[in-house]
Amino acid sequence: MTAREKIAGSVANYVDERTGAAKWMKKNLTKVFPDHWSFLLGEIALYSFVILLLSGTFLTFWFDPSQREVIYEGAYAPLEGLKMSAAYASTLHISFEVRGGLLMRQIHHWAALIFMAAIVVHLMRVYFTGAFRKPREFNWIIGVGLLTLGIVEGFLGYSLPDDLLSGTGIRIAEAIIQALPLVGSYLAFFAFGGAFPGEAFIPRIYTVHVLLLPGAFLALITVHLMLVWYQKHTQYPGPGRTEKNVVGYPLMPVYMAKAGGFFFIVFGVTAFLGAVASINPIWLYGPYTPGQISAGSQPDWYMGWLDGLVRMSPPLESHFFGHTVSWNILIPGLIVPGILFTGMALYPFIESWITGDKREHHLLDRPRNVPNRTALGVMSLTFMLVALINGGNDIIATTFDLTINQIMWFSRIGILILPPLAFVITKRLCLSLQRADRDLVLHGRETGRLVMMEHGEFVEVHEPISAEKAWLLTQHEQNPALALEESDLRGVRRPGVLKNKLRARMSKAHAVAVPKATAADLKEIEHH
Amino acid sequence: MAPLLLALALFSIGTTFSVAGAATSTPLTAAERSALIDEGQRIFLKGCSSCHGLNLEGSAIAPSLIGVGAASVDFQVATGRMPVADMSQQITRKDPVYNEKEVEALAAYVSSLAPGPDVPGEESLNYERNGSTAEGGELFRTNCAMCHNFAAQGGALTQGKYAPTLMGVTPRHIYEALITGPQSMPVFSDKTITPAEKLSIIKWIKAAEAEPQLGGASLGRVGPVTEGLLVWTLGLGLLVGVAVWLAMKAR
Repeated sequence: MTAREKIAGSVANYVDERTGAAKWMKKNLTKVFPDHWSFLLGEIALYSFVILLLSGTFLTFWFDPSQREVIYEGAYAPLEGLKMSAAYASTLHISFEVRGGLLMRQIHHWAALIFMAAIVVHLMRVYFTGAFRKPREFNWIIGVGLLTLGIVEGFLGYSLPDDLLSGTGIRIAEAIIQALPLVGSYLAFFAFGGAFPGEAFIPRIYTVHVLLLPGAFLALITVHLMLVWYQKHTQYPGPGRTEKNVVGYPLMPVYMAKAGGFFFIVFGVTAFLGAVASINPIWLYGPYTPGQISAGSQPDWYMGWLDGLVRMSPPLESHFFGHTVSWNILIPGLIVPGILFTGMALYPFIESWITGDKREHHLLDRPRNVPNRTALGVMSLTFMLVALINGGNDIIATTFDLTINQIMWFSRIGILILPPLAFVITKRLCLSLQRADRDLVLHGRETGRLVMMEHGEFVEVHEPISAEKAWLLTQHEQNPALALEESDLRGVRRPGVLKNKLRARMSKAHAVAVPKATAADLKEIEHH
Repeated sequence: MAPLLLALALFSIGTTFSVAGAATSTPLTAAERSALIDEGQRIFLKGCSSCHGLNLEGSAIAPSLIGVGAASVDFQVATGRMPVADMSQQITRKDPVYNEKEVEALAAYVSSLAPGPDVPGEESLNYERNGSTAEGGELFRTNCAMCHNFAAQGGALTQGKYAPTLMGVTPRHIYEALITGPQSMPVFSDKTITPAEKLSIIKWIKAAEAEPQLGGASLGRVGPVTEGLLVWTLGLGLLVGVAVWLAMKAR
């Protein structure tokens, strides 16, 4: 034993005698994680969150969350002598006078955009591979919660500097609150402490932005990760991988090194963006005044779809007993997002209801093997994408010489037609891929080598695929649709016929598949 | 001796300025002016009258030019908008067809038939001296940004029309656009925005034009759309690329 090992040993012993950590550490540091690039997407979100905490803390040292009016006397000449809120003036101060302030602001904002994008791609990975199935439904719901909170948190951060753009965003948020029937105008009054814009809103959202929501994030992320720890990570199917084991590398040293390194890479990419690309140049927007607005006012991308929905909604209003109901804000601003996010949160339960599958799943699905789910996912993404595109309709119009009206009508019609179309196309594609898999197993790989037979016929040589590959292509389950009898043995109609009918129909649609190649199929081919 | 030198210096500065000033604003003699108008009429009849009519009365496809003034002619022709190449959505800025002298002649001819806003002279365009950037910014955000965007980069209007970018537009043309209200733009009369305020707006636009890219690449100064695009392409592209690389190395 070298001297260094001796010292390390005595330190470890010292700690263990006082905490009993050795056993726990030994167990957990050797915990095995499966390896795949798509399992690192959630990590990007986690590391962006750490970057957000660090850079955000830096910003709080100088940011003054107050709507108190001040006269600007800072370094940025084009705003010299203008009246503005202390919040805006202090953000200018951070940008132009605090050393490294602008870089930190930009890192914070880029990190926020990366955080939300990483959450979305992580969600897509979890959805399309079926990682949300039992026992991970709670973690799915926590994830949906984190996404929702992320949207709110991002929007509040975008609102804090009190520049012309963020003020416009708050004004729209106020309109959405006001669109709630009956309670809307009261809620808006409570939130703003009186009429818009008032003096209370920025200090209030500051507390929520730096204290309440980060606290909620920390708690939810902790539970999110603890559940991953406890339930163990899912893995992609492959030889030797079962529902009962985890094939991968131990946390120590492989994943410690990888994760640690990846954190610094995420920090590096974020800092690179912060250093070379301008984001939210608030000095150009000017201070917020309710009387002003800029062409092309947009929210950050994760709110863009919401803005796009509002932009495409037709001017619908109803009047009841002296009250106005603004359907044009209520439907795109609250009802549609409400349905989308509730549906997303409940999806694991809906799918298990449709399939009747109550078993645990630790092996991931290949998206093609569950055509209905994959198609539904692509359909939802198409919906979001159309809405997002319409959110940038003005920028798109001027950039590509189109008219806003054309883009709006494209979106209005497209948002109804394109998602179902995407569903059908994706489902057909999945089934085609299944068919290709089947062919590959049965007939082998096309080698591209053409051979002329004695009698002049040309044939392409097919090579059998490896056993591992054949396993991968045939390991998945193909469960039949639920059989739900309409009447019981005595011929009496069972209760809930309609519900059962719907369930049976959806189950049938869910179970559509190209039969996978079996050993019997292979044997039959060998006979030929 | 010193007071004498000072007086001499002041005298020479004064005369230099008055001579220099006079050189740019020498009033035309009546003969020169009528020659200019004749020249303008000749160009008008050849290049403009087929749409705007032989007597500026306009037609089904072009407005009457009676009373539009020299400022309007100068703006439309010197920025290349007139003669128009494509009438589909909006008349666009392009390389001017007529040179400075011809534009001046056209303006003189059109304004000789009916009075209208005049081309602002050099002296009344001294925005460096008479404008205030900060005030110009406030005025711009209140009156202009709603169409031209917060950084004067332009923006979309309805039915394919658009407010053009103001980058690279000369102070004279900005001023003329304000007082004549071309196409979709409203007229900002001297009562709405005083001449001094107009100069402030011009000063702010010129400051925005000259402003270096303070936070790195400006991404077009159009707000969060390009930022979102960059994060999904470059940002996430790099990170996912690294993730793939990290997972590959373990094999």
